[in-house]
Amino acid sequence: MDHILSILIFFPALAGILGFVVDKNSAKAYGIAVATIELLLSLWLWAIYDSSNSGMQFTEMAPLIKEFGISYNLGVDGISLFIVIMATLMTLIGIISLRDDTKSMKNMIVSLLFLEMTMVGVFLSLDAIIFYLFWELSLVPMLYIIGAWGGPTRVYAAVKFFLYTFAGSLIMLVGLLAMAYFYNLETGVWSFSILDWYKLQLTSDQQFWLFLAFFAGFAIKVPMFPFHTWLPHAHGQAPTIGSVILAAVLLKMGTYGFVRFSLPILPDASVDFTPFIMVLALIMVVYTAMIAFAQKDMKQVIAYSSVSHMGIIMLGVFAMNAEGLGGSIFLMLSHGIVSGALFLLVGVIYERTGTKVMDEFGGLASVMPVYATIFGVMLMASVGLPLTIGFVGEFLVLLGFYKVSVIGTIIAGSTIIMGSVYMLALFKKSFFGPVRHEKNLSLKDLDGRELTALIPLVMIVVWLGVYPKPVLGPIDNSVKALLVQMENKAQFDSTREAIIVSKKEVK
Amino acid sequence: MFIDPKSITMDVLNLSTLMPMLIAIAGGLVILTIDLVKENIHKSLYVMLTILILLVDLGATLGLNFGPEEKGFFGIMLMDGIAILSQVIILVASVLFIPLALTSKRFHEYSYPEFFALFLFMIAGFQFMVSSDNLILIFIGIETASLSLYTLIALHNRHNSFEAAVKYFTMGALAAGFFSMGAAVLYGVSGSLELHQIAVAIQSRIAEPGIMVLLLGGAGLLLAAFAFKLSLFPFHTWAPDVYEGASAPLAGYMSVVPKLAAFVVSMRIFEMFIELQVTWVQDMVIALAVITMTIANLMALVQEDVKRMLAYSSISHAGFVMVAIALATDKANAGVFLYYSLFMFTNLGAFAMLWVSRHKHRIHHARYDHPYEKFSGMIKVMPMAAVVMGLFMLSLAGVPPFSVFWGKIYLMSATVDAGYIWLAIVMGLNSAIAAYYYLKLIVYMFLKEPTGLATQETVYYNVTKPLLTILGFAVFVTVASIFYVNPLIEYINVMVKATNFGI
Repeated sequence: MDHILSILIFFPALAGILGFVVDKNSAKAYGIAVATIELLLSLWLWAIYDSSNSGMQFTEMAPLIKEFGISYNLGVDGISLFIVIMATLMTLIGIISLRDDTKSMKNMIVSLLFLEMTMVGVFLSLDAIIFYLFWELSLVPMLYIIGAWGGPTRVYAAVKFFLYTFAGSLIMLVGLLAMAYFYNLETGVWSFSILDWYKLQLTSDQQFWLFLAFFAGFAIKVPMFPFHTWLPHAHGQAPTIGSVILAAVLLKMGTYGFVRFSLPILPDASVDFTPFIMVLALIMVVYTAMIAFAQKDMKQVIAYSSVSHMGIIMLGVFAMNAEGLGGSIFLMLSHGIVSGALFLLVGVIYERTGTKVMDEFGGLASVMPVYATIFGVMLMASVGLPLTIGFVGEFLVLLGFYKVSVIGTIIAGSTIIMGSVYMLALFKKSFFGPVRHEKNLSLKDLDGRELTALIPLVMIVVWLGVYPKPVLGPIDNSVKALLVQMENKAQFDSTREAIIVSKKEVK
Repeated sequence: MFIDPKSITMDVLNLSTLMPMLIAIAGGLVILTIDLVKENIHKSLYVMLTILILLVDLGATLGLNFGPEEKGFFGIMLMDGIAILSQVIILVASVLFIPLALTSKRFHEYSYPEFFALFLFMIAGFQFMVSSDNLILIFIGIETASLSLYTLIALHNRHNSFEAAVKYFTMGALAAGFFSMGAAVLYGVSGSLELHQIAVAIQSRIAEPGIMVLLLGGAGLLLAAFAFKLSLFPFHTWAPDVYEGASAPLAGYMSVVPKLAAFVVSMRIFEMFIELQVTWVQDMVIALAVITMTIANLMALVQEDVKRMLAYSSISHAGFVMVAIALATDKANAGVFLYYSLFMFTNLGAFAMLWVSRHKHRIHHARYDHPYEKFSGMIKVMPMAAVVMGLFMLSLAGVPPFSVFWGKIYLMSATVDAGYIWLAIVMGLNSAIAAYYYLKLIVYMFLKEPTGLATQETVYYNVTKPLLTILGFAVFVTVASIFYVNPLIEYINVMVKATNFGI
């Protein structure tokens, strides 16, 4: 399987093109089949992945535009491996969860498959332009999904989503071009290969500006405070499937960009910017948690809590030690699965009642016990209860961040309490107490389709919560390699001090 | 310039440099003669004949010797790399645009053979314009091409096409005035009309007091003249009305070929000044470029008609490319050609889509031919057409991997290399603004419900097999650009290196 990465990227795209021919009544079955094959392929990649090797594996390289140093360059390491698996898993779960009476099902399946291609492509690219290409292309299917299947002001939300991210990434593009230019100045050849860029020494001035340019692209995607305003609109209007993919995978592109580009290419600037990023991330964590508490709409609570958790991921990334960085990558996975599941669950009740406002519900636990149980499990995972997937990542991030800033850790840690406050408030309002509306008494519990989508997620949440080692091992290996590489490249002692490579094995 | 009569040999004349233009002119005359012999011939004959003539022309152009010092015809023809390259692009664009005349419905202008003869004369004019460094020959080229173009627009025979033609003519006349005054000033400074001699003369006099005032007059007037031709701010106001009045194929053609020709001449003139360290020319060009792309983008946001939107968008693209003239590096110059060759295919497709949907009687809007509402919900009515048009819009917006994106990053990269990071960021942000109005059409096509009027007919009213072929070709070239950009850049680089800019 020399070309497994190419197959992973282009199989869904090809299937998407062929999907136009499939009869519209079979479209969903076709989508499930394709997404299952894709998931199996990504699991196969995990199976043949060499966990002891921390570098890039299964690399592929073919020059595309030689004159300009752009090549088709792919590779996978412990950091990207599991995000890819998560992306393929969430796509499959998302397709399973689609209602059979979704309008223009075929278009939906085709856009999801194209979206899957771009998501996998972003995480596997080692060439900056190819990365950028998939990064931008991912906007198009998402624009269509939000705009065509969303709520009343869907067009506004979709266009806002597109323009915000597009503007940020164009500034990032200038940064990428400048980076290639600096590389050319130093070596005399053009290259957009990230691995080549890792070797390039830049002055602190260059690093400063490049960091800002990259920041513009990635921070809007994450979305960091104060660039987060597009996200509540997008979530508010997006259909369930759109929110699931957006929260689970698309936001991870931003944090992944920081890990793949900003940290290793610009170690000195990353350390210099750490206080700035940390303040933003802390504001993001606390502020959005407070907004979440004030929401009446169940989906908005989940949306803001998702932003709040993205803040914790950012803290972990910029803790710049093995625990923090490894933990934040694990947290990306768990956040993807948990927030994806929560959006699915909100979708379930919305489909049945046509409302997402918490005050309308109440007493759902007695009417829909299975639903309430699964919701409870996911809620606990989101809050970070021990023995769930959410705990592992959050704990590691806070552990890593503790080495950097004690006060910051206390502030960030307090949000776990705040998180439980608003999540439990949500749970209490909706699931306990008297049933507020007559019609809610006759709500059906989860059906086969919904259970098929949710049960695997519950299993993963518990499995990786109890035994995260198979996933943490490869992540930890690659993260340490990345930190060592950063440390070697760093020009100042202060940078080296800030990058703490933890030698002891992460439990 | 003045060669002793006795010393003229056929070598010095090098008449083969005139071959391409002579082929186009002779072709035009042949078409006129055919009309004399037999009347009422179907337009398909003329279209095919024009294509054949253009292909022969293309062959002759590719067969020429070229080099930085390759001259002919008393030294006023200049066959350097960019002369050949731009002629090739102009001819390819013409071959691609002229079959759009083969619509299923009858249009007034195509029943006249004069249309095709004028079309060929216009191409000859453009060819003269790009392959000379003699200001008089450039002027003659510009005027030949422009006068033909005015007539072609007016032949569309609608009320607003007359308006467009007259408007364009008046503006063109003003530009011609600016050009001749600018050339006169340069002649006064240097005693020559050939750019390389002007450059030498200016270089030797650059330290003289007061020379800058003369150069300000010369370069400023020429810049104004080309700002008209390139529709740069503040001389851009004619463009939307003219595009709207002209037929869609002609409007698409105007957004590519005349601009490319004008860019080639601007390269020769303004990069000479920049090479001579007349820095305010550079500053002025940068200012024009930035203002043009920003203003045009903002104007495009509020348009209600797709064709007018595309007109403003092509102004903004011209502003984007104008940056390259200010940079005056080989990479930037190569970027101009890369950009326009890629832009050509996408714009060909976009305007062809407007053209097939043109309907004489079914009116969607009292004022406009192609209001956004016309395309509302097209994904439901004609899914393929909507996807195709969506692709063109994404390409124009600069979404990778579609064709215009590669031109964009090449130019932005050239800007970064030249040290103008802020300018590259301005270019990037402008692309983001531009994304909004391209997206608006996509939103209409994909996310809105069809209006009652929209049927299969509204979209594919004018369609014929040749038009579908052209559209298919445009789609293919737009989507598959990643695979041919490399050889294209290589070829363009070879040609640009075979050119002397400035001195």
